[in-house]
Amino acid sequence: MSSLVMPGSAAELASAPARRPTEWKSNAMQKRIRKRYAAERRFRLLGLGAVLLSVLFLAFLLITMIGNGARGFTQTEIRLPIDFPKSTLIIDQNALKGFDAEQALAGADIEGATAAAAEAAFGAAGAEYLSDGAWLAVRDRIAEDPSILNSNADIWVPAATGIDLAAKGDADPESEAAHAKLEQAGAVKTGFNFAFLRNADSTDPTLVGIWGALKGSLLTMLVTLALAFPIGVLSALYLEEYAPRNRWTDLIEVSINNLAAVPSIIFGLLGLAVFLNFMHLPRSAPIVGGLTLALMTMPVIVIAGRNAIKSVPPSIRDAALGVGASQVQVVFHHVLPLALPGILTGTIIGMARALGETAPLLMIGMRAFISSPPGGLVEPATVLPVQIFLWSDEVSRGFVEKTSAAIIVLLVFLLAMNGLAIYLRNKFEQRW
Amino acid sequence: MTDTAILDDIATGQNDKPGALKMTARNVNVFYGAKQAINNVSIDVSMDNVTAFIGPSGCGKSTFLRTLNRMNDTVASARVEGVITLDGEDIYSSGMDVVQLRARVGMVFQKPNPFPKSIYENVAYGPRIHGLASGKVEMDQIVEKSLRRAGLWEEVKDRLGESGTALSGGQQQRLCIARAIAVDPEVILMDEPCSALDPIATAKIEELIHELRGRYAIVIVTHNMQQAARVSQRTAFFHLGTLVEYGDTSEIFTNPREARTKDYITGRYG
Repeated sequence: MSSLVMPGSAAELASAPARRPTEWKSNAMQKRIRKRYAAERRFRLLGLGAVLLSVLFLAFLLITMIGNGARGFTQTEIRLPIDFPKSTLIIDQNALKGFDAEQALAGADIEGATAAAAEAAFGAAGAEYLSDGAWLAVRDRIAEDPSILNSNADIWVPAATGIDLAAKGDADPESEAAHAKLEQAGAVKTGFNFAFLRNADSTDPTLVGIWGALKGSLLTMLVTLALAFPIGVLSALYLEEYAPRNRWTDLIEVSINNLAAVPSIIFGLLGLAVFLNFMHLPRSAPIVGGLTLALMTMPVIVIAGRNAIKSVPPSIRDAALGVGASQVQVVFHHVLPLALPGILTGTIIGMARALGETAPLLMIGMRAFISSPPGGLVEPATVLPVQIFLWSDEVSRGFVEKTSAAIIVLLVFLLAMNGLAIYLRNKFEQRW
Repeated sequence: MTDTAILDDIATGQNDKPGALKMTARNVNVFYGAKQAINNVSIDVSMDNVTAFIGPSGCGKSTFLRTLNRMNDTVASARVEGVITLDGEDIYSSGMDVVQLRARVGMVFQKPNPFPKSIYENVAYGPRIHGLASGKVEMDQIVEKSLRRAGLWEEVKDRLGESGTALSGGQQQRLCIARAIAVDPEVILMDEPCSALDPIATAKIEELIHELRGRYAIVIVTHNMQQAARVSQRTAFFHLGTLVEYGDTSEIFTNPREARTKDYITGRYG
């Protein structure tokens, strides 16, 4: 060591004047402590307030939705007595037993007979008490049991929106009066609306169902998952485990990050241009919706996947390489299983976003009025959020509660999806 | 032993006989990008000796160890020059399969790194990917034999299904040694295997190294000079990327030729 005194060296420290002892009990020190405690309390209160506020919003949302939506799941029905032998209905009963049953039913004026029966039973305005689709209930009943054509039968048919709302205590005086009259006659009941879970869209709120949109959403999500998950995970694995670190990799990384932030409607435009105009895939079909949403979901899965893969400790890779595992074996035996819980979390987030997405699907024609559930991936369909959007736009008051009911169905779907993903995640975490 | 003698050994294929050279390194340079980490190192590893690499932190001993089974390949910027042979075969030649090389030259790492799988799976993984067992019975035998050699069998035989990560640090490290043994390597490289362990676990590992000696060529990197003196027969002293001195352990510790070696082992620096 040199003889020079270096700055900060032991010699210099020794020669410095002695420090005054710290006064831990002084006023300034006490004040500082009080201030620190106050800051601590303030921060805790702010945090608690933020949490309470979000809980309040959530509670408000749920209460409103369930309050409105619960009524959407019920439907008022009217008991309609029809005297078939005396009605104007002409149907050959033998035809109903054969293969031409549908044709025979289509040929008969069931609608007229239903209206006539309602007028006979409930007075001149009777036909207006019934839903526009009331005759469908009559038709189904005849198809089920043609022998009723020989007798006088009571058939429960859906009531018109006014009567339905009156039964739930929320209608204009005229409907209230009509409802009261029907109730006195014991010809009205409100029960669970199974048709809502079975039907697709309709112009009459008493006939609409969510099944069409739900099935459309299911098919669309299936396509999205089948494309976005493998492509996203493979991209993430390649970028993390194989890609050389160079300018091209950086470019791809930046592009993917930007892609995840692109507004969803732009993916809709892309889908329109590529899948419909260039590839000529069918309009409004779940396959196109799924493809478009897969474009949108993939970057989210890539980003989450890369983070999950990055968090797998390098020592595990070393260990596997050390016993002579090849790169692919390292990835598929060790890295991927360890990263899977994280990847699944990212996938849930991406899929949840895709499930709730409306804008890009409007661009590819999924906002069309589809009155029957899709039969496959290439048939016209709509999805839950678009259905909600369409119903919220309707003029008829009956659609208000149906909109809320559809929102509840969407939320339940979302919860079920998340529940499944969380179950899978926990399962994989237990195994490892 | 002179270079010509080595070549004779290689030519006659007598590499596994006692005293035979298992691995040789000649004029090895390792670069990380532009920075040179290893400068012109030549070393022989023989079958019946434990070879210890000692030296201060950052002297390149771990880097050199990792060139012996090409673990440096995973570092994109690393570049190796010179010739390293295993049984006379250049391990950096294009004909050498790196996966097979790593099975033949096993490695135990500084921090115990068992797979987050069962104890059984940890040991069975290597034999399985190399297809070394033809059935469950044979695999069971390999697992038991490996765990016995690693001195872990008695402690874990009743809980082979439990996670390897649930073991204590010392047990984990012995599990890692069992995992390396299970693929029946010829050389075992140990990169400071005891630096994360307490003295009792360390003593067990050292005892294990004694028992494994002769069956495998063992190279151990250590910070702990007492450990090098205890477990090794040959010692190499690295400093600033160069091999300062290489010789019999007893010689190095009692009568070093180089001043730098003497300063280091007497605790003057490092």
